[in-house]
Amino acid sequence: MDIRLMDDAPSDAERAVIAALIDPVEEVGSHLAIGGHSARRHRHLLLPVLSAVQSEIGWVSKGALNEICRRLVIPPAEAYGVASFYALISTTERPSVVAHVCDDIACRLVRSEFPHGDAVVSSPCLGQCDRRPAVLLQRAGVEDVVNAPGDQDPFELVGVADPTVVGDRLLARVGHADPESIGSYADHGGWQALEKARALGPAAVIEEVERSGLKGRGGAAFPTGVKWRAVAAEPAPRYLVCNADESEPGTFKDRVVMEGDPFAVIESMIIAAVATGCAKGYIYVRGEYPLAASRLRHALHETRLAGQLGPEFDIEIIRGQGAYICGEETALFNSIEGLRGEPRQKPPFPAQVGLFGRPTVINNVETLINVPGIVLEGGEAFAAIGTPDSAGTRLFCLSGDINRPGTYEVAMGGALGELVDLAGGFVGETQAILLGGAAGAFVDTEALSMPLTFEDSRSRGVSLGSGVVMAFNSSRDMHDVVRRIARFFRDESCGQCVPCRVGTVRVEEALARSRSAPLEAGLIDEIDRAMKDASICGLGHTAASVVRSAISLGLIS
Amino acid sequence: MISLTIDGQTVVSPEGATLLEACRSIGKDQPTLCYLETLAPVNVCRVCVVEVEGSRTLVPSCSRKVEPGMKVQTESERVRHSRKVVFELLASSVDLSLVDDSVQEWMTNYQVDPGRFGDLAPLVDDRDERHAGHHYENTGTHAETVFQPVKVDNSLYVRDYSRCILCYKCVEACGDDAQNTFAIAVAGRGFDARISTEFDVALPQGACVFCGNCIGVCPTGALMFRSEHELRASDLWHEEEQTVTRTVCSYCGVGCNLELHVQDNRIVKVTSPIDHSVTSGHLCIKGRFGYEYVQQLGDLATTPIDDVLRRAREAGTV
Ligand SMILES: Cc1cc2nc3c(=O)[nH]c(=O)nc-3n(C[C@H](O)[C@H](O)[C@H](O)COP(=O)(O)O)c2cc1C
Ligand code: SF4
Ligand code: SF4
Ligand code: FES
Ligand code: FES
Repeated sequence: MDIRLMDDAPSDAERAVIAALIDPVEEVGSHLAIGGHSARRHRHLLLPVLSAVQSEIGWVSKGALNEICRRLVIPPAEAYGVASFYALISTTERPSVVAHVCDDIACRLVRSEFPHGDAVVSSPCLGQCDRRPAVLLQRAGVEDVVNAPGDQDPFELVGVADPTVVGDRLLARVGHADPESIGSYADHGGWQALEKARALGPAAVIEEVERSGLKGRGGAAFPTGVKWRAVAAEPAPRYLVCNADESEPGTFKDRVVMEGDPFAVIESMIIAAVATGCAKGYIYVRGEYPLAASRLRHALHETRLAGQLGPEFDIEIIRGQGAYICGEETALFNSIEGLRGEPRQKPPFPAQVGLFGRPTVINNVETLINVPGIVLEGGEAFAAIGTPDSAGTRLFCLSGDINRPGTYEVAMGGALGELVDLAGGFVGETQAILLGGAAGAFVDTEALSMPLTFEDSRSRGVSLGSGVVMAFNSSRDMHDVVRRIARFFRDESCGQCVPCRVGTVRVEEALARSRSAPLEAGLIDEIDRAMKDASICGLGHTAASVVRSAISLGLIS
Repeated sequence: MISLTIDGQTVVSPEGATLLEACRSIGKDQPTLCYLETLAPVNVCRVCVVEVEGSRTLVPSCSRKVEPGMKVQTESERVRHSRKVVFELLASSVDLSLVDDSVQEWMTNYQVDPGRFGDLAPLVDDRDERHAGHHYENTGTHAETVFQPVKVDNSLYVRDYSRCILCYKCVEACGDDAQNTFAIAVAGRGFDARISTEFDVALPQGACVFCGNCIGVCPTGALMFRSEHELRASDLWHEEEQTVTRTVCSYCGVGCNLELHVQDNRIVKVTSPIDHSVTSGHLCIKGRFGYEYVQQLGDLATTPIDDVLRRAREAGTV
């Protein structure tokens, strides 16, 4: 590879940040000529080093990017293409503290207008909807921090309110065990499942997971055991990825787990690795979750010291940098590989061609933490919870006009209304409930009788998605809410394929026009059909689903 | 060999062939924008989608491989609808006036009506500065476009990204698939994604080696010889009057075939045939732009286009 660099030099501070992560390559002036394989070998360091420069210096300058390219042997144009893909990375200088003020659907219900500027920018859902309104302070040289609720002065450090967390299986330790102590984790039942899994061996663990009927909690409800068996049958090296990019508006359950029970995520991943023979694991944590990332980092460290991780299997944390699309599994792989977070056309599927082109198990955080229970109690006992097609419990994220917003774990099969009652019922008269997230659908109060299962939601044409249940009472301006969702997809489309890149813009425009003119429902319908049919990935497939459900329920017109 | 049916007709294709190749083998061409025989498929434009029985969504025929027993529809209502809307989304946001006649025919065939999203928004000059994940309040008064000023920063070619459909072809030709120079990449995200050098620096400041292979693959005229750009601007570009002469490049011994596009006895652009075994359509700076020695435009040159060509040559950065 023959690479032409820029002339710009990094500052001493920038060079120090970069040098801490990557060794220098041989000096060869402004041209680098290094062979194909060795040149590409370090590409996966691109996102971590961009993140480090962003977080220490506050932005990525020409000099810094050039130095990164020199050391990683990456063409500057490509590195710029990657850096400019992420909302949390800035390629222009900006204030050392930037407030990302959430104005997404839960927060905008309670937030007063705020002035935008260089230091105050609007943000999509920060995954703190249960203690809205939320602000993320991105701080150069200091760990980022979240204010929730944080309304008045976004820069005032107010911390976060105590969350409401209800559940006795997956959430049993949250709020009870010390998330920073491996001893406390063990005292609360930790590590027993791993010990048993090691004793059972890979085949038996996969069998139990299959028998349990566990299905993915990341949105697609794919049977986990089937996925594991497929990957285990592929040649090594195989990879394991924990998808902790949780960015679906209204979703915060994975954060609650990672912050409150980080060792469980790690133990679950080790069990998955034992079962599938993966050589290396990655946790891809949403960039807006600084506390979850630091808790996981600490837990990894302690787990390593305890000898549960080592040469045969270790885990690395990768921080996202503000891109919802990087939660899509193949976009996530590209992101880790140092490419733009653009989804890949499937097939091939991750089980055959995943991270670094290798067979890969990718599972959501919540999916994974079901595994220890399955190993300990056996697949059959797990299958007995819930319904035959929807086994186990599920974490739901309740927010909006609900009395006690929070994370609730319930066995699948109970009615939506019971779940709402558990959270103290609605505030005011409810006109709509957002189910499944921004990629889900609105339902009305008739749906309160619907059992919370994959099959019942599917038969009604809705989806449990990532477990979002967000209520909107009759005082809410649904037109404004729906427009914000359309804006979200327009902002978060990777831009690769035409139906989604332009379709999301056209849907937003049509909604904007409908403020003062009749809604062009037919036009939106036509765009939606093309996005559903012709887009590459799930973002485009579902981008207008919520809009259409709002139209058919008469919430907007 | 693999047997499948396309629109009810049985087709036998070699293993590894794409659905597009299978369709073409029975004379059923499909529209394509981002596909080119010489480049790895990126399957992003989605105008080539077809319906495959059992598949939830439509699939891109340019990259999807044939499988035994596949039942493919290329003319179903779903296919026609998606293609129509995709063309409309493109035509309402990008200047498609210079795309191939064959693409125009497809658009006519699908009754493409880009006007139904409203009047097209006028040119803006901030597209290169847009930050991922943030956009201005959208009022819906106009259909947003990618219209922006032409980038004229060297004497050899211009970049008119108002015409860019983001097909990735130029990026591939500049990178892995031909030139291995990597001077341009996709930057930004979503509707604000764009082809860019690092930090949007001018081409002469970046890694560009001016091989012009990006121009050779661009399907929309977004990348264009400076000579063509200036002649068009002066209303002196007359494609119907041009002749194309095939010859062999005289600079080195590789034997690249050139096609000299000549108007008024002046070379106005150089291409290479995509099916030529040596070049696959790609050239170097000398073959692509080094033709001046055969037409020294001295003071005596007097055809109407000479002034324009001379100005383009001497202008450098504007
Ligand atoms: C646009 C988009 C965003 C996604 N975001 C997430 C996410 O944040 N977390 C997640 O676990 N899955 C997400 N997914 C689903 C993943 O692609 C994948 O299906 C999931 O990680 C598989 O894990 P599971 O089988 O355990 O559910 C997303 C999918 C799409 C299309
Ligand atoms: S559907 Fe949208 S997000 Fe997905 S690949 Fe296409 S442009 Fe990117
Ligand atoms: S400039 Fe041309 S080749 Fe490059 S992406 Fe745009 S349309 Fe395609
Ligand atoms: S944190 Fe603001 S909407 Fe979720
Ligand atoms: S030609 Fe197939 S997606 Fe563009």
